[in-house]
Amino acid sequence: MSSISTPVAGAHEPHGDAAHGHHDPNLQHHFATKEQQFDTSKIGIWLFLATEILMFGGLFVGFAYMQSRFPEAFFEGHKHLLKVAGTLNTVVLLVSSFTMVLAVHYARTSRRKKLIICLAITMFCALIFLGVKYIEYTHEFSEGLYPGRYFSNPDDPTGHEFIFFSFYFMMTGLHGIHILAGLCVMAWLLRRAIRGDFTSNYYTPVDVVGLYWHLVDIIWIYLFPLLYLIR
Amino acid sequence: MADVISAPFHAGTTPVERRNYLTEPKGLWSWLTTVDHKRIGIMYLISVMAFFLVGGIFALLIRLSLFDPSHVILGHKMLDAETYNKVFTMHGVIMVFLFIIPSIPAALGNFVLPMMLGAKDVAFPRLNLASFYIYWAGAALAMVAIVTGGVDTGWTFYTPYSTSTDTSVAWMAMGIFIAGFSSIFTGLNFIATIHKLRAPGMGWFDMPLFCWGMYATALMQVLATPVLAITLLLMTIERLFRIGIFDASLGGDPVLFQHFFWFYSHPAVYIMIVPGMAIVSEIIPVFSRKTIFGYRMIAFSSIGIALIGFLVWGHHMFVAGQSQTAVVVFSFLTFLVAIPSAIKVWNWLATMYHGSITLETPMLYAISFILLFTIGGLTGVFLGALSIDVHLTDTYFVVAHFHYVMMGGTVMGFLGGLHYWWPKITGRMYHERLGQIAAALVFIGFNATFFPQFIMGGQGMPRRYYNYLPQFQPMHAFSTVGSWIIGAGLFLTLGYLLASLRKPYDAPDNPWGGKTMEWQTQSPPLTENFEVQPVATHGPYDYFPVGTH
Ligand SMILES: [Cu+2]
Repeated sequence: MSSISTPVAGAHEPHGDAAHGHHDPNLQHHFATKEQQFDTSKIGIWLFLATEILMFGGLFVGFAYMQSRFPEAFFEGHKHLLKVAGTLNTVVLLVSSFTMVLAVHYARTSRRKKLIICLAITMFCALIFLGVKYIEYTHEFSEGLYPGRYFSNPDDPTGHEFIFFSFYFMMTGLHGIHILAGLCVMAWLLRRAIRGDFTSNYYTPVDVVGLYWHLVDIIWIYLFPLLYLIR
Repeated sequence: MADVISAPFHAGTTPVERRNYLTEPKGLWSWLTTVDHKRIGIMYLISVMAFFLVGGIFALLIRLSLFDPSHVILGHKMLDAETYNKVFTMHGVIMVFLFIIPSIPAALGNFVLPMMLGAKDVAFPRLNLASFYIYWAGAALAMVAIVTGGVDTGWTFYTPYSTSTDTSVAWMAMGIFIAGFSSIFTGLNFIATIHKLRAPGMGWFDMPLFCWGMYATALMQVLATPVLAITLLLMTIERLFRIGIFDASLGGDPVLFQHFFWFYSHPAVYIMIVPGMAIVSEIIPVFSRKTIFGYRMIAFSSIGIALIGFLVWGHHMFVAGQSQTAVVVFSFLTFLVAIPSAIKVWNWLATMYHGSITLETPMLYAISFILLFTIGGLTGVFLGALSIDVHLTDTYFVVAHFHYVMMGGTVMGFLGGLHYWWPKITGRMYHERLGQIAAALVFIGFNATFFPQFIMGGQGMPRRYYNYLPQFQPMHAFSTVGSWIIGAGLFLTLGYLLASLRKPYDAPDNPWGGKTMEWQTQSPPLTENFEVQPVATHGPYDYFPVGTH
């Protein structure tokens, strides 16, 4: 306990890398040990993931409810989607999840070069995903398949296809935003990895971002059959 | 150790100011960029009090206008019908989302929770600061909504009106959407802090009960708020794009909106009330000089409320078109949630029984809480009963019930906690006699304002109506006069609290004889809270009968 019992003197940034007692720049001063800090970050990220699930949960419940009201409209609507593109994106994200697992593993075992490669591949997969999504959206827009009141498909036999496409764009859009956010934090990780910040002694950010990335992938694993493979 | 730290600091005995978090480091920039939970707590405190003032002024305006059904007071026309709708909506939105929800957790809780645990800070200090700025970003959007024409939907944003009115609903909904994330981040921070940053020797059942209350609150903040976020997002998208989820004319279902909304907002009323209970659980033993009665019962009842609170949302839709089965189940579960609340009340009373009670301002507010919350809680049971609810739905009875819980409960708890920790936060004592007078004014004014509303509601006065039958005029007038008494008490409070800040530090480290850890450090505390890492050696309420210790 002696290491954390010294008061911080002067106008020094109180939560910066404290230089008193312990000399580990990666241990924030309000934690006593590395393990405590790591466990705390883990609790934080799991809670954050829970909030994500609940937020998407609202959309899933809404989707299920509206699908039960208009099953034919949802069935007719899903025929417009590009199944090949959806399948390709599913594979891409599964690969990216695997490389993310490897990235965490290499960070934990202090293998900097392999960590950098795996992060780069994961980011590349995310980019492919967004590119494919862009092609899909372009295709749908070209057919007049916009969300809500902007929807126009004169051949819609049900009159309610616009609801399917509203959900399609909201769910894949919100998911796409999460992919984009993941891409940004992975860029930050990559920069730190190149700088050599992550070793077996400290790799919490890689671990935490990894968990986030798996959640984003899992959400897609649910979205894909729900939207593309109706019936 | 404790003797050295807690030696009282007397004003005038030394001109040298002790080092503390308020003055070190100096400068506005050091405040705006701080990650110190105490400074963030203070910034939140100032913010929520400002919104309390704004929301309160709206309330006084509503009550003044309702003095007479003609809305003419002394020859002056007060609010017209459209403005009236906007004013009661903005009163509700500001009070719920910008004042009550952050009031106890983000302002007072931020300040005292880490100290109660013997920690130097919350688990994620930077996230804590981010939450403050996100709160203000949301508040700024709410301001935009108010400036660009206001909102007239009521704080519940029911569809289809909210998706068809031409007022600034989208701005307001996005403001609340964003402010919700600040609430989530506060909750997430508190859960991690309580799990991992307790002082050496402090097990779960050695924590002060305030921490249990914060833990239960944080669980609800983290698990319910995301649903509000997606609900308001869907409502806004429905407004802008007409996606057909809540609009019956497009094939959607307005009742689905109500399910979504109350799945958040019923837990949200517990996000608001449980922190008030948490403060009362601190104040009662300290001012009764007695160990808390039923520690584990109170701790578990907080968690019980949090869990059952997720299962009762359907009681808001008894008359909105639910299946008979759902209605009966929700009614039963609503009765069930009254049990943990009652457990708390009985344990507080048992704690006071045979205690050496002193009636300083915090204790007055705690006793007010018990009395008013009991009325608010029991009338909630009335409303949970199906046949009675059908009669009372959308009447002033609901308004009175809600305010007995939210103002009679949470605001009393907040004011009690504010006075209780004021010496610790500011290093100054407030004027005790004025505090007691203000507490009495608030209590009397509150009952004068809201008790007549129970009677009016029972007689059929509908809530939110601009006009009313002449038979209700005397009670409306009585209610309005009550609101002036509350206003007088609260402005008096503001006055003497601000006046105390002009004094030099004169607060002892432990003015009330509290046993929890925040009282074992100096007032105001050091930036790092404690000079040495405190170790839990006794329980948080170890009071012994006089003369035995
Ligand atoms: Cu409710």
